[in-house]
Amino acid sequence: MSTIAQKKGFGATLWDFLTTVDHKKIAILYLIAGGFFFVVGGLEAVFIRIQLAIPNNDFVSAGAFNEIITMHGTTMIFLAAMPLLFAFMNAVMPLQIGARDVAFPFINALGFWLFFFGGVFLNLSWFLGGAPDAGWTSYASLAIHSKGHGVDFYVLGLQISGIGTLIGGINFLVTIINMRAPGMTYMRMPLFTWSTFVASAMILFAFPPLTVGLTLMMFDRLFGANFFEVAMGGNTIIWEHLFWIFGHPEVYILILPAFGIFSEIFSLFSRKRLFGYSSMVFATVLIGFLGFMVWAHHMFTAGLGPVANAIFAVATMAIGVPTGIKIFNWLFTMWGGSVKFTTPMYYAFGFIPSFVMGGVTGVMVATAAADYQYHDTYFVVAHFHYVIVGGVVLAILAATHLWWPKMFGTMLNETLGKITFWFFFIGFHLTFFIQHFLGLWGMPRRVFTYLPGQGFDAANAVSSVGAAFMSIGVLIMLYNIIMTSVKNVKVGNDPWGDGRSLEWAIPSPPPFYNFKQLPLVRGLDAYWLEKMAGKKGMTPAEPLGDIHMPNSSFIPFMISLGLFIAAFGAMYHRDHSWGMAVLILGLLVTFGSMFLRSVKDDHGFHIHKEDLVDESDKGVKA
Amino acid sequence: MHAEEKMTYEKWPAAPEKATLEAKNKFLGFWLFLGGETVLFASLFATYLALKDKVPDTSQHLAKDLFELPLTFVATMLLLTSSLTSVYAMYHMKNFAFKKMMLWLGLTVLLGAGFLGLEVYEFNHYVHVYKHTFTSSAFGSAFYTLVGFHGAHVAFGLSWILSLMIRNSKRGLNLYNAPKFYVASLYWHFIDVVWVFIFTVVYLMGMVG
Amino acid sequence: MTNQQLNSGNPSVDIEYRRRKNAEEMRYQVISFSLMIFLTLVAFASVAMKDFTAWFTMPFILLLAVVQVIFQLFYFMHMSHKGHEAPTLFLFSGLFVGLTGILAFLTIVWW
Repeated sequence: MSTIAQKKGFGATLWDFLTTVDHKKIAILYLIAGGFFFVVGGLEAVFIRIQLAIPNNDFVSAGAFNEIITMHGTTMIFLAAMPLLFAFMNAVMPLQIGARDVAFPFINALGFWLFFFGGVFLNLSWFLGGAPDAGWTSYASLAIHSKGHGVDFYVLGLQISGIGTLIGGINFLVTIINMRAPGMTYMRMPLFTWSTFVASAMILFAFPPLTVGLTLMMFDRLFGANFFEVAMGGNTIIWEHLFWIFGHPEVYILILPAFGIFSEIFSLFSRKRLFGYSSMVFATVLIGFLGFMVWAHHMFTAGLGPVANAIFAVATMAIGVPTGIKIFNWLFTMWGGSVKFTTPMYYAFGFIPSFVMGGVTGVMVATAAADYQYHDTYFVVAHFHYVIVGGVVLAILAATHLWWPKMFGTMLNETLGKITFWFFFIGFHLTFFIQHFLGLWGMPRRVFTYLPGQGFDAANAVSSVGAAFMSIGVLIMLYNIIMTSVKNVKVGNDPWGDGRSLEWAIPSPPPFYNFKQLPLVRGLDAYWLEKMAGKKGMTPAEPLGDIHMPNSSFIPFMISLGLFIAAFGAMYHRDHSWGMAVLILGLLVTFGSMFLRSVKDDHGFHIHKEDLVDESDKGVKA
Repeated sequence: MHAEEKMTYEKWPAAPEKATLEAKNKFLGFWLFLGGETVLFASLFATYLALKDKVPDTSQHLAKDLFELPLTFVATMLLLTSSLTSVYAMYHMKNFAFKKMMLWLGLTVLLGAGFLGLEVYEFNHYVHVYKHTFTSSAFGSAFYTLVGFHGAHVAFGLSWILSLMIRNSKRGLNLYNAPKFYVASLYWHFIDVVWVFIFTVVYLMGMVG
Repeated sequence: MTNQQLNSGNPSVDIEYRRRKNAEEMRYQVISFSLMIFLTLVAFASVAMKDFTAWFTMPFILLLAVVQVIFQLFYFMHMSHKGHEAPTLFLFSGLFVGLTGILAFLTIVWW
């Protein structure tokens, strides 16, 4: 019954990953799929920068440029940043709280496959008559008049992957509430677990408005409804509100886990307890709360009126306070610590000034009156890239280096890692710093070219050179990953030597049941405490006993595949007679699979005590 | 306590819906899902309220012309009563009285089906008598989406409870299926909660003006 | 995992006790159901009578709906019981987010 490694063929490995419900393997799936979409979105960014490198360029047409910017934003947010963060949440969070798996392993797998099929569906638009071209926000006034099926791909693809994210969020919440190891109180949870918790709660409340918005758009475009059809009484502002009621919390869903990752890194490589732990937790929760009250700052110029603008401006600026608390806590964590300059720590160092700059421009655009000037210029583009690349992407790259040994059992090369950092970091500032000025000089965003002699030429050329630097950085990292995997030098439990939280107390990669005996947690930084007390590992909280594990299942794949098929039916049902049949067929596959899951008892299986004893003699492999 | 264990009246725990770890997870996860559903329906209500009576021309009917008290009243009574019957079913579940639980669940399904039948009749009536359709105006789109989403929840709840009943008809209660029955009944109550706001906000307030 | 409820050591006494407790709770459920039906009747009646202005009727029936839903949540869905802290927190957080949205749609979506 166990997956103790025999030599497995490619087919068996593939089947294993198609049916797995193990959070560590699902994490690897998220990492691969998210990494793939990151490269796709990155290529789209490169195309944008090539097109804008010189004035009057015709590298791509105006229409294709619209498709590329739409897909760049959509891909990076929904298909790269979120899944990559989900990869680390899946890989690390259950280990950090001392759990054997997540609360709903089946749902976990379902969440991945829904995301995957939604992402594939969205990207198939390139080959099936054109990608969405109404911007990643897909404002209804543009979107309902967009020709072809591009926006339909957006609506249906995001709907499918959005459901996956939502159930993933519920799964993480229940895991953290119900499955913490003995002694792991809320105020002993590592910050990454805390930020996963708050981000998951935000997912739970932010994704339903997106679901509704996408449904309304789908009804309008494909089923003749009139939500956004002004002549029929509709109102396009409804989409803007629904999108941003989702969209603004989404920004925090991305940045909070990034904060969590950096909190781990600062503490680990300063070899010091995180400064102001409880204020960090408080700030995280407060940012999560305030994140729901500020969405209309994306709509200052829509004409909401001075009262609404003022309220949302003040609420937005209030978020600067907890974020500032965090920045100072990170600085104070390093203060007096014995800092080790590893690759993750490089990223953490780079993150602070970069993110602070994004925060400062954030307060600038939050000033409603001034926003009329910044709105729809490259200043805004520079601002949100400083937040998302300077915050989220740096965190993802840092986490890749930090937790790679825990996920794969091998260390990424440190020298190559630092070279990656320098290329990426310099490239990032080269690309986006100048864009602040481009915006203030009046260059509008989302326009496919500009005329020579308006003062934009040199700055755009600089920006494009920066993009090349970032690309080189990513390529070096891919080379690093390949070389590390080829060399395959295995490492022990705690390869950084200074691990503080529980994930470093168990083998890299952990056995499929994670903890042979659940650990007893005595305080924050549980593993560090034990090491300081002179112990080698964690004190077990229970005697060695049978471990209950869930069975693998192919049903998550089938449920998601059904929706993927149904989406094609929904999209083409007006053009082709077979559309409706395909729609029904797809839904039958989905609901049939759900029904099968419901009626077929699945009690999982037990690993027996005796097998566990055996394994410890041979050395555990998973 | 293992989920598959054969149960007797004596061994049946006081809170069978939360007796195992799986059950606890299911219980909490479902409540969280309902938290998300709250936002979902709130968004639909918000959309409806923003688009209420927004029609392209004066020939179209508005909320006050469409809705009738008696029909809404009967539908409301059916759904409210079905909420009580499902409470009765859970009462018997806690007492390990499987037959009685099935009986009350059966009643719940019948009442729910009655509600759904009325809704189908009602929609049909609006479409054919008032020409108030999904595509005739923004008001129509918003109305059918909000009320239809609720109706779809009722339909899904019905098939859920029904398949649970059929699946477990032969084997009685155990700690594996008790939480399933419990969360299905939570879902059913939540549908009722949403309906309370629909009959108040859409129908009654629609008739007031 | 052991049974974590009231154990007197004598199973038949425990069961008797639990049966009575369940029956007592069921009585409360029936009472809250009657109240819910009553509230519904009042709501429908206040609309049917047409004697009141909309400025009275609308907030009044909304209030009735809120009271009724509290009955549903706390009695029918057992939110008044122990072990419902997390459900309560998340349900009301959801309600808060949802109501913020509804407020916005009622005030700043106007053309």
